[in-house]
Amino acid sequence: MQFDPFVIPFNIGLYFILFYAVARSIVWFRELSRPDKLRLQRGFFGRAFGQSLKEIFLESLIHRKILRTNPRLGYMHMSLAFGWFLLILFGTIEADFFGEKHLNPPYKAIFFRFFNPDHGKTSLEEGYAFLMDFLLAFILSGLLLAVLKRFTSKVVGMKKTTRLKAIDKVALASLWLIFPSRLIAESLTSGAYGTGSFLTGSLGSWLASFLPAQQVAYPFWWLYSLALGTFFVLLPLTRYMHIPTELFLIFMRNSGIRTGDKAGTFSEVQVYSCSSCGICIDQCQMNLSAGINNIQSAYLMKAIRNNEDTWDIAHNCLLCGRCDQKCPVGIELSPIRMILRRAGESESKSDIRNIWKGYFRRNQSIPSPKPAADLNYSFLPQIEPAKVDVLYFAGCMTHLTPSIKNSMTKILNTSGVKWSFMDETGGACCGRPLMLAGQDREARELINYNSQIIWKSGAHTLVTSCPICYKVFKESYYLDVEVLHHTQYIKNLIEEGSVKLNFLHKSVAYHTPCELGRGSGVYDEPREVLMHVAKLEKTGYEDENSLCCGGSLGNIKLSHARKQQIAAVTVRELTKGEPDILATACPLCKKTLANATRTKVADISEIVAEAIITDQPKKISFQRRQLQVKESAGIS
Amino acid sequence: MDKFGFTLSKARFIDYDANDRRVVDYIIEREPTLKLCIECGGCTATCSTGNFTEFSLREMNILLKRGENKKVRNKINQCMLCGKCILVCPRGVNTRNVVFLAKQAFQKFDGYAV
Repeated sequence: MQFDPFVIPFNIGLYFILFYAVARSIVWFRELSRPDKLRLQRGFFGRAFGQSLKEIFLESLIHRKILRTNPRLGYMHMSLAFGWFLLILFGTIEADFFGEKHLNPPYKAIFFRFFNPDHGKTSLEEGYAFLMDFLLAFILSGLLLAVLKRFTSKVVGMKKTTRLKAIDKVALASLWLIFPSRLIAESLTSGAYGTGSFLTGSLGSWLASFLPAQQVAYPFWWLYSLALGTFFVLLPLTRYMHIPTELFLIFMRNSGIRTGDKAGTFSEVQVYSCSSCGICIDQCQMNLSAGINNIQSAYLMKAIRNNEDTWDIAHNCLLCGRCDQKCPVGIELSPIRMILRRAGESESKSDIRNIWKGYFRRNQSIPSPKPAADLNYSFLPQIEPAKVDVLYFAGCMTHLTPSIKNSMTKILNTSGVKWSFMDETGGACCGRPLMLAGQDREARELINYNSQIIWKSGAHTLVTSCPICYKVFKESYYLDVEVLHHTQYIKNLIEEGSVKLNFLHKSVAYHTPCELGRGSGVYDEPREVLMHVAKLEKTGYEDENSLCCGGSLGNIKLSHARKQQIAAVTVRELTKGEPDILATACPLCKKTLANATRTKVADISEIVAEAIITDQPKKISFQRRQLQVKESAGIS
Repeated sequence: MDKFGFTLSKARFIDYDANDRRVVDYIIEREPTLKLCIECGGCTATCSTGNFTEFSLREMNILLKRGENKKVRNKINQCMLCGKCILVCPRGVNTRNVVFLAKQAFQKFDGYAV
């Protein structure tokens, strides 16, 4: 018995998906830019290759990152991916070793029990059958979790699970059918021949006790083959495309390819690598605090894949970066969102009749940027700044919180450096708010204007109080100056001994601003400065785990009320230890948080300014001076 | 238009018949908080652009609501979207989105006669 018609659906599906994967890889590779092609080639024949293989094993099979974030969800993914992989691997070995001849076609391994029903009589065969049964049980346990998760996501410790489209449901149903139908088919065949191990053997003998096992088994083998075939054929249209695509992504990333600011092969590979696991949804404060659950990154990736209108989803996001940090696939979610913002409005082309088009690559899944208009900011005055060493740029938001501005003035004056205030009477915006709205060309105008002032001042250091400005100065200005956030600069001043500080004997909780922390990687300096002047308390939301205040300029759509909801939750979490002061390093965070709490909210610069020891003698009270005069005159 | 025998100075003249509310309707549909605006002028007082020019979001809002789009269209691009106005608005109007949508609306309806 070498062949049976029931293997045809499986064969069609398998050869289709193999051909499809090769064709799509070629198309993707051809569309890479020349430098990226070279990177990928170098990555393939260099050390990156070994790294990629290791990462594929740890992430695509074991799912280490998901296991770390959420053990139950990780187990679910691991059992399905790693279990299935082992089942195929050992199945192939089994067919090769115990089969009639070596080098069998794939279907012989997958349907081994059907073609070798009396396999499992000797002790070696029994041991092997036990292994295969164990793997099947391993997968089925994960599948049980997956099924339960669909109905109640709390089973795997998730607050929300992703919603599916119709075609995803068909694919999901076929995926779910694969392993139970294998179990029943194998059990019935084993039952008829008295073989099989603890799972298929015992289930088989029980079923065979009241069923004509051999006759009933055959339809289940058909079902197993059909489920596999359907799953393979639908794979490119559904989120399961992430299974082959993620391998591609890992190789590309390890070769040093990054998202960049335009849509291309890499961003598309990332979009298809999203498995909709939903971890981003569980991290998103818009979901947790404001109850908005249709704009998270998983839904954005899905909307791009389905060619839906992404305009609203792309803009309704705080860009706090919490999902980027937690994405187990390591997709650069915020950069992809920014590409969409820059690209402008697109028309939705998703339609049930066009579903087959999903097999072909769209010319451009992500539309290209819109053409430029005229100059807008010619009204900005030409300034001839004085030559200085240090230039201080307060930024728009700092002008709304004058106490930060005044504190910085005090600190800079005390330090004795030669500095000047770049925007003392209010200057041009840094350009980042326009960038966040996808208006890069307009932003570039402001960047050029500010660059000129900085360049003319001859400063070697640019200090800014606003993390939003800091990020754009650091990343998008091409300047030959050291850009520092004021927390970094104050830390330098303290270490040099330029400013001397008292210890304030107050407890402080520190809120890491998104743009400074996850956005720019400045975590330690603010905390070190705070530890000089006050007792720093832990909040449970340190570093990458920090919360967003809700006021982010990244979200242009979010209403005032929703922002307040997010701020309220953030403040509640951060002030659980009842600190005297809630410290932050961002004027916008300060303003947003201060509106939501009775705890004193202060910028680090304000706390430092308060703690400064000045050299001038203290003012002496009137009575005390009288006493001193009397003493010096010898009157008691 | 009917003449009632008295005259109006041109500056005080609002011709609702000739005005076009497409832009403001487009904005309000997507950002209903614009309706909450009481034209207090807080946004204008804090405005980064207003620091250098006569740019006034309060004036823009009034002009848009009247449908006098032409006057807005030439000026709205001066906004730097810095977001200070959101923080001072006592009514919780998402002013940044109003400007963003206005720009978008002008692009969308480009070429129409005002």
